[in-house]
Amino acid sequence: MTAQPGRQVANPTADAHYEHPHSRRGFFTDTSICIGCKACEVACKEWNRNPADGDYEILGSSYDNTGALGANTWRHVAFIEQDRERIEQARSSGRALVDLGMPGVGPPPARTGSARTAPSATASTGETGGAPSSEGTAPPDSPEFRWLMSSDVCKHCTNAGCLDVCPTGALFRTEYGTVVVQEDVCNGCGTCVAGCPFGVIERRTDGLVTTPPSRDLPASVKRPQTGIAQKCTLCYDRMKDDETPACAKTCPTTSIKYGRREEMLSTARERVAQLHEQGMTEARLYGANPDDGVGGTGSIFLLLDEPEVYGLPPDPRVPTADLPRMFKRAGLAMAGMVAATATAFALGGRR
Amino acid sequence: MTASEFDSYRPPEPPRRRRRDRDRRSKGGAGSWFKRGGDGAREMPVVPDAEVEPYTSYYGRPVVKAPPWKKEIALYLFLGGVAGGSALLALGGQVTDRTALRRNGRLAALGAAGAGSLALITDLGRPERFLNMLRTIKPTSPMSLGSWVLAAFSTCAGVAAAAEVDELTAERLPLGPLRAVLRTTAPVAGAGAGLLGAPLAGYTAVLLSDTAVPTWNAVREDLPFVFVSSASLAASGLAMITTPVAQAGPARALAVMGAVGELVAQNVMERRADHVAAEPLHQGRPGRMLSWSERLVVAGGLGTLLAGRRRWAAVLSGAALLTSSALTRFGVFYAGLESAKDPRYTVEPQRRRLEARRAAGQTGDSITTAG
Repeated sequence: MTAQPGRQVANPTADAHYEHPHSRRGFFTDTSICIGCKACEVACKEWNRNPADGDYEILGSSYDNTGALGANTWRHVAFIEQDRERIEQARSSGRALVDLGMPGVGPPPARTGSARTAPSATASTGETGGAPSSEGTAPPDSPEFRWLMSSDVCKHCTNAGCLDVCPTGALFRTEYGTVVVQEDVCNGCGTCVAGCPFGVIERRTDGLVTTPPSRDLPASVKRPQTGIAQKCTLCYDRMKDDETPACAKTCPTTSIKYGRREEMLSTARERVAQLHEQGMTEARLYGANPDDGVGGTGSIFLLLDEPEVYGLPPDPRVPTADLPRMFKRAGLAMAGMVAATATAFALGGRR
Repeated sequence: MTASEFDSYRPPEPPRRRRRDRDRRSKGGAGSWFKRGGDGAREMPVVPDAEVEPYTSYYGRPVVKAPPWKKEIALYLFLGGVAGGSALLALGGQVTDRTALRRNGRLAALGAAGAGSLALITDLGRPERFLNMLRTIKPTSPMSLGSWVLAAFSTCAGVAAAAEVDELTAERLPLGPLRAVLRTTAPVAGAGAGLLGAPLAGYTAVLLSDTAVPTWNAVREDLPFVFVSSASLAASGLAMITTPVAQAGPARALAVMGAVGELVAQNVMERRADHVAAEPLHQGRPGRMLSWSERLVVAGGLGTLLAGRRRWAAVLSGAALLTSSALTRFGVFYAGLESAKDPRYTVEPQRRRLEARRAAGQTGDSITTAG
């Protein structure tokens, strides 16, 4: 079954029974033009008043000293250094995707022709790599070495694992199709942390940024957002005022784009086709397929290698998809337990 | 080369090596990055080289996050099972008129459910908001359904146990006219707790499996059977300890059935699960817990079968079964937490199932697309 290009994307607000839903909003993170400046991380922390993570240690993972997404880090820039061997592997795995006839691949003219010949052509031109295009946005990509940089964020899934398993209803679907935690409802049970197939949401263990006046407060005064699950809200507060989320607003290269999800999807498809035409067959989309394990994501990514290279799961599946089956198995097991007990009383009848 | 006269004493630079070759050389051992140029003759890197190993993961960091659950949750898994099984045994005792079995079962059900609830509440990030668990009824959330089951179960078990306490203390509880009400509702409450016992013992399996934690998710088909078996043998073990052998016949029978059930279910579970995702069940502390649990099940089951009518043997076997059940729950719990820490358990099974689907020509459901 292959999805048609431009097929109507499910808007999860319908499931949430909004009477007047807005268009679904999302990010498109084009990692091919990310320069790794981490301005998105800073803007996110500042706008959302998120506390610092860790002790400013050097993690030994290229320029990534942030580590991972978490309760206090809602944007995380990944840095990956690759040699020629890895670049070639990424090219061929990307080309394999094209050859598979993955969904949404339109018939871009002369795609296959250039895709087949270009890698060797780029390799021979040496340092110039990534064939300079008329747009001038071709990623710096030398055959000797490349740096992958990617700003990761909550995926705001169509079928969100965290939202499904939340017992209190603290996590909810907004009218924009995003997933947000209500800070005053969450009791910090931690189920959503396990429910997320992307490892995004986390329970916050420390408090907010301590401003000078609040530093004098006794320790017994609870910081309002301690102990509850936290993750990217896609700047719900800004969105309601028709503002762009902080990270997208600050991104100097427009690597992070924000808008209606359909627009993001078509932008992403155009961009990946453009890169394929330039011979960069390693370019691929992540989260654009409405038939995948999470029903497509609100945040679409353009990646230049396999998802696991960036720390993303290669085939995520929302755990709740198997829940009816699990309930059936559990029901059978429970019936077995009752039957066994009844049998035990029949067998152990002698008093 | 620089043109500066200060550099004139430097030896000529060796020809540039390809980066790939250098990396191959530096794979030799940890720490080689700082030995390079360590004599001060050449420029020295300030930070270690980033790994350029073939990536299957992002610097070995986890893809999914382990839930922030501590040992209290594992303890609850065990206590919930004991409570559920005990309530079922108490209901049996109530129906077949075994007063000691009924009384001990009811008291154990309330005690275990109460202690388990406290363990759950202390593990919350905001314990003062525990009542938010009953804010909605959400069928997609096993924890929501489980909270309702636990609340209803505890209420029933509480009423049933109150009647037993009243009887034990020779009607010394200051109940007044409520005593008659308690007397009439106790059997109904006992039946209610008994019927909710199996769901209470089994829902935790769904709660664990309905997550992205690799090991828990991989054993989703068979974990409920392991958990209800474990609950049955634990509750029977407790009843064998607390109840005189004359009335504990059904508990002994259930203990043997539970032991057989658990041995079978656990083997089937480990065999049917994805072999990579099931690895943490055999390794380290969780692996040791689970293998000891298996040994104790065998010992307790055999002890019950062969010498269960002797009081001391019943007590010993019961203790073995209880310990085994606790070890099973803790083992499964910690194996899951371990599996979330290593990206291999997330990436490898996912990659394999993706390749298998692609090989079968099913290409429409991948999250990665060419356009």
